[in-house]
Amino acid sequence: MAQANITSELIGNSFPHPDKWKWYHYFTFNIDHKVIGIQYLVSAFFFYLVGGAMALVMRAELATPSSDLVDPNFYNALLTNHGTIMIFLWIVPGAIGGFGNYLVPLMIGARDMAFPKLNALAFWLTVPAGLLIVGSFFFGGAQSGWTSYPPLSLITANTAQSMWILAIVFAGTSSILGALNFIITIWKMRVPSMGWNDMPLFCWAILATSLMALFSTPVLAAGLVLLLFDINFGTSFFRPENGGDVVMYQHLFWFYSHPAVYLMILPIFGIMSEVIPVHARKPIFGYKAIAYSSLTICIIGLFVWVHHMFTSGTPPWMRMFFTVSTLIVAVPTGVKIFSWVATLWGGKIRYTSAMLFAIGLLAMFVFGGLSGVTLGTAPVDIHVHDTYYVVAHFHYVLFGGSVFGIYAGLYHWFPKITGRMLNEPLGKVHFILTFIGTNLTFLPMHELGLKGMPRRVAMYDPQFQYINIICTIGAFVLGLSILPFLINAIWSWSNGPKASGNPWNAKTLEWTTDSPPMIENWDVLPVMTEGPYAYGEEPAEVSS
Amino acid sequence: MQGAIEPTSDTAAVTEAHHEEHHDFRVIGLITFLCSEFLMFAGFFVIFLVYRSAAAEWPPEETEIELLLPAINTIILVASSFVIHYGDTAVKQNNVKGLRKWYAVTAAMGAIFLAGQIYEYMNLGYGLTTNLFSNCFYLLTGFHGLHVFIGLLLILGVLWRSRREGHYGAEKHTGVEMAEIYWHFVDVVWIVLFSIIYLLTLI
Repeated sequence: MAQANITSELIGNSFPHPDKWKWYHYFTFNIDHKVIGIQYLVSAFFFYLVGGAMALVMRAELATPSSDLVDPNFYNALLTNHGTIMIFLWIVPGAIGGFGNYLVPLMIGARDMAFPKLNALAFWLTVPAGLLIVGSFFFGGAQSGWTSYPPLSLITANTAQSMWILAIVFAGTSSILGALNFIITIWKMRVPSMGWNDMPLFCWAILATSLMALFSTPVLAAGLVLLLFDINFGTSFFRPENGGDVVMYQHLFWFYSHPAVYLMILPIFGIMSEVIPVHARKPIFGYKAIAYSSLTICIIGLFVWVHHMFTSGTPPWMRMFFTVSTLIVAVPTGVKIFSWVATLWGGKIRYTSAMLFAIGLLAMFVFGGLSGVTLGTAPVDIHVHDTYYVVAHFHYVLFGGSVFGIYAGLYHWFPKITGRMLNEPLGKVHFILTFIGTNLTFLPMHELGLKGMPRRVAMYDPQFQYINIICTIGAFVLGLSILPFLINAIWSWSNGPKASGNPWNAKTLEWTTDSPPMIENWDVLPVMTEGPYAYGEEPAEVSS
Repeated sequence: MQGAIEPTSDTAAVTEAHHEEHHDFRVIGLITFLCSEFLMFAGFFVIFLVYRSAAAEWPPEETEIELLLPAINTIILVASSFVIHYGDTAVKQNNVKGLRKWYAVTAAMGAIFLAGQIYEYMNLGYGLTTNLFSNCFYLLTGFHGLHVFIGLLLILGVLWRSRREGHYGAEKHTGVEMAEIYWHFVDVVWIVLFSIIYLLTLI
């Protein structure tokens, strides 16, 4: 009898819930972090498909120099919302909201996040954001690029632009609430046996990401509120004819949006640091270097934003300062890259789909990182500013980096999330198509940019057509590459072979529970007996 | 925060502690949120100061501001921050009556502040769209006023809940504390805002 009492206390339901969630629970205001994680991942993936479809229409348009498929204004709306959707509704909610919510409590041995209701609220705030973006197309769609620089954003499609601003404010609020939740959760809710330096590197990455989101998002919100006032309420913060200043907007925008770049890549770095040691069967090389380099990126990353504005009349001393700080921020990123390579070195590498995407990411991200270094240098930047070179660069880091990373994470944690294994051959087909598609689409864009083709235009000089056709073919290969993944995921979710609790023989705590984990994660909270990456090492002695 | 991995045998106690601790995260959660909120204000402050430094005349002649009413308002708001602390001290001594009294006084002071702000708006003779200074002026004070209003609602919420016997007490006053922290935040922001909008015009 006494025994039974203790057990029920150990289960310690912190909120009433059924034994198992039904399908419709996933469509409600549910406070379980795993449900929220899946909600984020699935809705983000939906928006990935929407944003991807927009990209395909754009690439189809660009197959010919003239504007024959869509109206140029609609093309502008497509490029604006493609960028916005991919950033604010796919990568940020997918990588941070999806993986972060699902994995952080499991990895640190907690039953849920620190503020479960706030967590659910943060997810549901992304819903009006999505609806506003979709709805804005009924008003012509915002057409001034995802950066929405005034004066263009003040004079085109005012209603749609206002809806766009509100959408970003909703998404931003969601990420602030999510960020504070992660910080408190990671800070306060680790199992007592887990010190800061026993924490899985994914948690370090989410911690750094959250700090960054917490401190930079509100500044963007401030800038966007001013823009909203300028459009709708007759103010003139960014109207030079009345004493306003357009460059002010650029500063406010990039003070957030450069860190936003790290918001999109730091969690991916976290995924990399989990996937690589598990599938290379080796302890991670340089645990502390990787952990603290995330924090370093997060601090230095707050002081590089003007490298987006080298051609905005920026004074030379400022160009000098921000060139140097931009080159410095590449150092902690390099630390991570070399640590992963060193982890792979001499490991017993399993070429699973997750590992293939991780290795693919290493190659693609280094490429994008190097073009980033060239772009961060003021003299080069002034030459290629606003050309396809920039498009090539950020697609290498965002697609070759972030999207590859999300795929790696999906292949790695799909068994944990659904309790089923994905089909490996299909996963490899997916990887090969994605890898070919990425390089076919984005590599020629460097050439386009160096030759001087401007970005964000529906019509271009006929001399660029040959290269553009290659890019368009690549884009459709990328579009095709999603099919094997979708088929694989949908089929395996119900019919795949059952996954054990720990199919990859990994050491982090999320693998100590069932797949999929029960509600509240464990009957009895786990105790760390060995480090998260102690592959090939003797487990520490457990005193009884 | 120890680095070593120490297996714990007494898992039951640990689990229990874990759940008990959960309770107090709300206060640090709020403080974290306010850090973020402060950066939004900081963004507005920087905008204001940059426009000020670039302008030939700030504020321009057509949009002079007066100092007396805002100065009185400042005194009221700063004083209310002390008053609300009496309420917090009272509830920690299990004195709910004292809590209700001091929080009611704070709410009244907050309401007077807002009324003074609206009175000031009505008597300035220019509106949001007059010029860049008035844009900034109304946006900053309005945004702060919105926060005062939210703080007021929080205080009224505490007063409403405190009617119930035993809802707040010496051991259970997180909501009271959070309303107080939020009110201090609003106060601190106002001091900065008052300094850069009003006091800087004296120089």
